[in-house]
Amino acid sequence: MTTTDTNPTGETRASATVVDKAQYGLAGFLVIAGGYVLYDASTLDKAFADQPVQPYALPYLVGAALLLLGVLLAVATARGDKPEAEEGEDVDLSQGTDLRTIGLLVAVLVANLLLIDWLGWAITGALLFAGTTYVLGSRTWVRNLAIGAALSFGSWYGFYVGLGLPIPAGILDGVL
Amino acid sequence: MDLLLDGFQTALTPENLLFALIGVLLGTAVGVLPGIGPAMALALLLPVTYSVGVDSAIIMFAGIYYGGMYGGSTTSILLNTPGESSSVITAIEGNKMAKSGRAAQALATAAIGSFVAGTIGTVLLWVLVPRVADIVVTLGAPSYFAVMVLAFFAVTMVLGSSKLRGFISLFLGLGIALVGTATGQARLTFGNAQLADGIDVVVVAVGIFAIGEALWVAAHLRRKPLEIIPVGQPWMSRDDWKRSWKPWLRGTAFGFPFGAVPAGGAEVPTFLSYATEQKLSKHPEEFGKGAIEGVAGPEAANNASAAGTMLPLLTLGLPTTATATIMLLALQSYGIQPGPQLLTNEPALVWGLLASLVIANALLLVINLPMAPLWAKLLQIPRPQLYAGILFFATLGAYTANFAPFDLALLVALGLLGLAMRRFGLPVLPLIVGVILGPALELQLTTALQISDGDVSTLWGEPVAVAVYAVIGLMLVAMAVGAVRGRRTPAAPATPTENDETEELVNR
Repeated sequence: MTTTDTNPTGETRASATVVDKAQYGLAGFLVIAGGYVLYDASTLDKAFADQPVQPYALPYLVGAALLLLGVLLAVATARGDKPEAEEGEDVDLSQGTDLRTIGLLVAVLVANLLLIDWLGWAITGALLFAGTTYVLGSRTWVRNLAIGAALSFGSWYGFYVGLGLPIPAGILDGVL
Repeated sequence: MDLLLDGFQTALTPENLLFALIGVLLGTAVGVLPGIGPAMALALLLPVTYSVGVDSAIIMFAGIYYGGMYGGSTTSILLNTPGESSSVITAIEGNKMAKSGRAAQALATAAIGSFVAGTIGTVLLWVLVPRVADIVVTLGAPSYFAVMVLAFFAVTMVLGSSKLRGFISLFLGLGIALVGTATGQARLTFGNAQLADGIDVVVVAVGIFAIGEALWVAAHLRRKPLEIIPVGQPWMSRDDWKRSWKPWLRGTAFGFPFGAVPAGGAEVPTFLSYATEQKLSKHPEEFGKGAIEGVAGPEAANNASAAGTMLPLLTLGLPTTATATIMLLALQSYGIQPGPQLLTNEPALVWGLLASLVIANALLLVINLPMAPLWAKLLQIPRPQLYAGILFFATLGAYTANFAPFDLALLVALGLLGLAMRRFGLPVLPLIVGVILGPALELQLTTALQISDGDVSTLWGEPVAVAVYAVIGLMLVAMAVGAVRGRRTPAAPATPTENDETEELVNR
C-alpha cells in the first residue's frame, strides 16, 4: 500500500493513521490559494469611482475566506478530524490510493493535449482510449485500439456532420 | 391551461419526442452504469447545446435527469452499492428483497413508485411554477441577492456531514468564478491571455464531475467484481400493490417539498419516508430484511424531490442538485438567463419542458418495466473500457468548447482538484454552484447598490430579503447548537443503526 498522497499543488507527504497528515496539504493549498487571491485583489484598481461593487470587493472576501478555511481545516486536522472519502459502486476504499494508475492516466491525458494540435482528435482520441484502457488493466489492446478508433473517427464525423462543429483535423487535414 | 397545451404541442413534435426518448434511454443507461451519474452525463453532453435547439436540448436533459433516478434504483437493488446518497435506503432494503428472491417486486415497486411520484410532482409543478413565478418577478435585486446567499448556505450546510468542507468547496468554486475580466481588468488570470474570458464552465463541470470521478475510481478500482443478483421480468402481486400504494403517496408528499426549497435535497426525505413507513407498517419486523414499503416510499420520495428541484430552478434560477446545476449551465449557454424573468421571457420553453416531464415519465415506465433484465446487463460492462470511455468523452467535451489544448490542460488540473476533493471528502455540489452563481451574485449586488446609490441598507430594505436573512440566521444558530451538542456527547456508538442515522438526519 502506498503511503503518500499528492494534492493539486504537487507536494508529496506521508500520511499516518491517527492524524490525516495529507489533509495539512489541502489546508496549505487553501492558505496559499487564499493568499494569492488577496494579493491579486490588491493589484486591481478602482473601475469607476461611483461603482458600488469594485472589481476587488469579491476577491477580498473570497481570498480571506479561503485563508480562514485553510487555517480552520489545519486546526480540525490536528484535532483528529478525518475526511469521509467518497464511496461508489466501483470504489473499494479498503485498498490504498493507487497513485501509479493516477499518474499514468494523467500522463495519457497530457500526451493527448500535447499531440492534439499536430495529430488531430481522430488520432489522439483513439490513442487516448487505448492508452487509458491499458492503464486500467485491459490487455486486449488491439481490440481497444479498434474501439478507440471507431469512437474518435465516429465522434469526429458526428460533430462535423451531425452538429456542424468541425473539430480540427490535424495531420489528417484533407484526408478526413 | 392554454400554455400547457402549447407546451404539449412543443413536446410532442416528432423531433422533441425523439430527444425525450434519447434522453430517457441515456438517462437510464447512465443511472444503471456504475461510476457515472446523471450530472456527469449532462456535463459530458453539454457540447450538444452548441447546435441543437434549446427546447430539444432541455427536454433531452430533463429525460436524462428523470431517467438517472430510475436507473439508479436498478443498480442499488441489484448491487447493494448506492450510486448517490439519495439511494442509500433503496440499496439497503431493495437489495435485501433481491437477495430473498424478490428482485422483480423490488424493481417493480421502485419503477411504478417513481412513475407515480414523478407524475404527481410534475402536475404540482404545472400548478406552482406560474404562481411562484408571479411572486418572484416582483422581487427586487436585494431580495434576489438574499435568496442566492441562502442557496449558497443551503447547498453548503445541508449536504454532507462536514460543514467546514462544504464551505471550503463553496469558496473554491467562488474563487474559480473570479477568474476572468471584471470591468476591464484581468482578475486572477496569472497574466495568461487565454484566461481573460474566464474558465469555461463546461471545462469546470466536466473536469470536476467526469475526470475527477474517473481518476478517483481508477485509484480505488474494486479488484473482484461485484455480485449481481439475476433478475427476471419485474412484476407485483395484488398484495404487493396493496402494500405499495400508500408509501408511494407518502413518499411523494415528503419528497416534493424538500426538492422544491433551496435547502432540501433528496437524502432527508428518503430517510423520513423510510422511518415513517417503518412506523406505519403492519410488518415492521420485515424492515431491514427486505420490506417492500421500505423500497416504495423512499424511491417515490427520491423522484418527487427530483421533480421539486425544477421549481427553484425554473422560477428563481437556483439549482439545488448537481444535475439541476448542469441544466442551468445548459440554459446559460443558449444566452438564456434563468431567473425570475424566465417564465415571462421564454414561456414556450418552460411549458414545453413541463409537458415533456410527463412524457418522459411515461416513457421511462415503459422502457424500465419490460426491459429491466436488459438494463441489468449493463452492469457487466468491463470497467477499463467504461472508465476509458468516460475519460474519452470528457476530453472531447472540454475540447469542443474552444478547440484549445489549453482547455485540456485546465481539464487535467481541475480533474486533479476533483480527485483531491473526493479524497478529502469535499462535496462537489457547493463548488459547482459557486462557479455558476458567483458571477450572478456579484451582478445582483452591484445592481442592488446601483439602484440605491451605494446605500448598503437597501440589502435588507425588502421584507422578503429580511425573511430570507432570518432563515439563514436560524440555520446558523441550528448549526452552532448542533456543534455544541455534538461536543457534549462525544464518541457516537460504534455501530450506529439505521434508526440513529435517520434521527440524526431529521434533527439536522
